[in-house]
Amino acid sequence: MSDISGELIDRVKFAQQHAQPLKIIGANTKAFLGRDVSGQPVNVAAHSGILEYQPVELVLTARAGTSLLEIQQTLAEQQQMLSFEPPLFSASSSGSSGGATLGGTLAANLSGPCRPWSGSIRDMVLGVQLINGRGELLNFGGKVMKNVAGYDLARTQAGALGGLGLMTEISLKVLPMPQLRLSLSLAIDEAAGIVLMNQLSATAKPIDAACWLDQRLHVRLSGSSASVEQSARAWQLDYGFAVDTAGQQFWRDLTEYQLPQMDSRQPLWRFSINPTSAPLEVRGDCVIDWAGAQRWVSGEQEIEQLQQQAEKAGGSVALWRGGDRSAEVNQPLPQAMQQLQQRLKHSLDPDNILNPGRLYSWL
Amino acid sequence: MGRNPLAIPVKISQSELAALFGEFIDPQYVIADRETQKPYECDGLSMYCEMPLLVVLPETLLQLQRVLRICHSYSIPVVARGAGTGLCAGAMPNAEGVVLSLAKFDRILEIDPLARTAKVQPGVTNLAISEAAAKFSLYYGPDPSSQIACTIGGNVAENSGGVHCLKYGLTVHNILRVTMLTVEGELLTLGSQGLDSPGLDLMALFTGSEGLLGIVTEVLVKLLPVPEKAQLIVAGFDSVSAAANAVGEVILQGIIPAGFEMMDTHAIVAAEAFVKVGYPVDAKALLLCELDGTADEVEQSVQKVASVFKRLGATSIRISENEQERAQLWRGRKSAFPAVGRISPDYYCMDGTIPRGQLANVLTKMQQRADQLQLRVANVFHAGDGNLHPLILFDDSVPGEFAKAEQLGAWILEYCVAVGGSITGEHGVGVEKIRQMPIQFSDLEIQQFHRVKSAFDPLGTLNPGKGIPLLKNCQEYRALRQIQPPKQQTVAGEKP
Ligand SMILES: Cc1cc2nc3c(=O)[nH]c(=O)nc-3n(C[C@H](O)[C@H](O)[C@H](O)COP(=O)(O)OP(=O)(O)OC[C@H]3O[C@@H](n4cnc5c(N)ncnc54)[C@H](O)[C@@H]3O)c2cc1C
Repeated sequence: MSDISGELIDRVKFAQQHAQPLKIIGANTKAFLGRDVSGQPVNVAAHSGILEYQPVELVLTARAGTSLLEIQQTLAEQQQMLSFEPPLFSASSSGSSGGATLGGTLAANLSGPCRPWSGSIRDMVLGVQLINGRGELLNFGGKVMKNVAGYDLARTQAGALGGLGLMTEISLKVLPMPQLRLSLSLAIDEAAGIVLMNQLSATAKPIDAACWLDQRLHVRLSGSSASVEQSARAWQLDYGFAVDTAGQQFWRDLTEYQLPQMDSRQPLWRFSINPTSAPLEVRGDCVIDWAGAQRWVSGEQEIEQLQQQAEKAGGSVALWRGGDRSAEVNQPLPQAMQQLQQRLKHSLDPDNILNPGRLYSWL
Repeated sequence: MGRNPLAIPVKISQSELAALFGEFIDPQYVIADRETQKPYECDGLSMYCEMPLLVVLPETLLQLQRVLRICHSYSIPVVARGAGTGLCAGAMPNAEGVVLSLAKFDRILEIDPLARTAKVQPGVTNLAISEAAAKFSLYYGPDPSSQIACTIGGNVAENSGGVHCLKYGLTVHNILRVTMLTVEGELLTLGSQGLDSPGLDLMALFTGSEGLLGIVTEVLVKLLPVPEKAQLIVAGFDSVSAAANAVGEVILQGIIPAGFEMMDTHAIVAAEAFVKVGYPVDAKALLLCELDGTADEVEQSVQKVASVFKRLGATSIRISENEQERAQLWRGRKSAFPAVGRISPDYYCMDGTIPRGQLANVLTKMQQRADQLQLRVANVFHAGDGNLHPLILFDDSVPGEFAKAEQLGAWILEYCVAVGGSITGEHGVGVEKIRQMPIQFSDLEIQQFHRVKSAFDPLGTLNPGKGIPLLKNCQEYRALRQIQPPKQQTVAGEKP
């Protein structure tokens, strides 16, 4: 629990003066994400601590290096939570103790199975304090529920993998915990499973997770006990779902990317597409999460063939983990979009010192 | 058309420009005469007016693109316009510029009930989307009170909210993909049919950018399932602070209402006189708390909320028993603005956001300040997310009254910032709040906004003079502030 923002500003200013790229590191639990970049490591994990939290406001502000574990424990004491079910990487082999940091989680925009219903960390961000590539400490957004003053450079940090600023403080909207969570599952083939998970999502039942794999559809209901129990009964009758007592562990493994289908020795590919897209033609079996909008497949694949399918399905594919990380790992963007992204990066980081090349070789 | 890469403004007259547009746009949609232009002189904030050079209403994407290319080549300002319901003079014309109306782009292109999305043109009204989706038991979440008129393009540009945003989010949370034209007329797609996209999240940045970064040409919105049941609890309290406490207590019980609104005594009396829905006119504050979900859940939550209200001293509690009663009880809230319009010749609507815990304090201080200036303020607002909408009542025919109203308005926004809030929760900055921007942001932050703007619009011809103040004016605006900041600068990095 300490404030090292002064030191961090000095590091960035020094780097800018010496045109020396920086590699921003939280707990280093997601070093595998994005492209390999070289740069002087800057450690943000020591810049930690919860700064403000009043349960009645549903807002929490913490330094970027604060571990998610600490945040979740603090929220849980008040029956509140981070609503986007982030992966914690707390048992990771990276040697760091606390697991994922808040800053790293926002930079990577990682959210768990409930994402289609409860939103992502990007959706919950209210404000960010950051150091831009000029070494200026800036505040965007705020600590209140709504704020449309100025461009939303807070939310824009989500998924930027540190390329738009070294984040120092983050304010998030938090939510009450549901009274009850219940998992159900059903044997069903892939094509029918995709249709069913979308149909269930279009009902007003409190569904908050839907994942198909190994010829089984897993769903979770979360909310007030009355509505969860009533909905579970209805779905057991209507579709033949059975209560899945191992559900909690399943969702945790899925959230932490630790299902056997996500073998960490193999390249892992991630599709982000229209949830209703038909089964993808890939080598091996898919894990279909987010009610169809996020799909995983591991092993050696033809990248161009995957990209074509992703495009047809209204989205994109990334080489998420493993494989060649010096090449591009994200779907190519049109020329005009590339240029605009470069100009935006340049507006915040004119000397290209903040995690250059992490998202794309040209960014 | 020759481009003008050096941006040396080659002059073109109004009639030459109109003739140029007339080559590819139906001439009746190229408006040059003052009389026909008149309805375009302002948006919903009619105190700020300006007449444009031209108004154009293109009907196809190609026409839109050509308008932008021509304007770009002559460095002519372009002000996009949806329905003109904005409340910050964001769509106010530029005297040397073109008003680009998107009114002709009013088609819903596709509804996909399985994927729960609607693909719409920018000029489609907010309510039309929900109406079209209703046959699939789906609807579009954000519901600004102006929803019968305002367009989805305007909603994206302002990141609009509404009564139900407490539970269902703002515009930014409810759109998947935006197709836009850059100032150069280049077509770009932000977002995708999936839930995220590779590269930088330009959709997050673009949403709420007030027509300063590009023109929305198509939006893919998310649709939500219509809840099985919704019930409204209307409770009167004998003080604003008792009502404010009750809002916090409901949230601490772990309940997130679909909507949670507050009205003060002026608003209650005005609304009741206008629509006669049975609000308790002797109450000092009224809470409207809507709960939705499955039938059992709503029943449980309604009991819980009602008992919190009772415990915290509600003087009256009414629970809607059917859909008709629910709609009727909402009607008072929804017509509060016109109702207030009947008790005062003019009113001026503010839009600050504060931490919820500050509600009672801010409303009390606001009343004191209004008394000093001999003005009345009616409050009707989104209490659940701390988004105030003070309506300052004044009479524009009395010289100096609007200046006084503006002074009170500015004070309110400054006070919102002083207690840790923001100058605008959903209406945007536009021209109106540009003087308060340097109260909320440091010079370095404002400079960063200008750099972002330049990344999209290097010549600064998209909606100039709106949203972000010129750096050289910031000191002057700060010097005019009514509330002095605490001695010690809280914003680190800001030069004294
Ligand atoms: C009675 C009343 C109640 C209201 N209630 C609410 C409320 O509850 N919540 C809320 O958030 N707002 C509310 N508003 C404000 C207003 O309705 C919203 O800001 C709305 O989104 C504006 O939409 P519009 O189509 O009228 O846009 P306009 O007023 O025409 O334009 C607004 C801004 O968007 C830009 N713009 C418009 N179309 C485009 C486009 N296609 N591409 C790029 N930029 C564009 C304009 O340049 C301008 O800066 C209310 C207004 C009124 C009059």
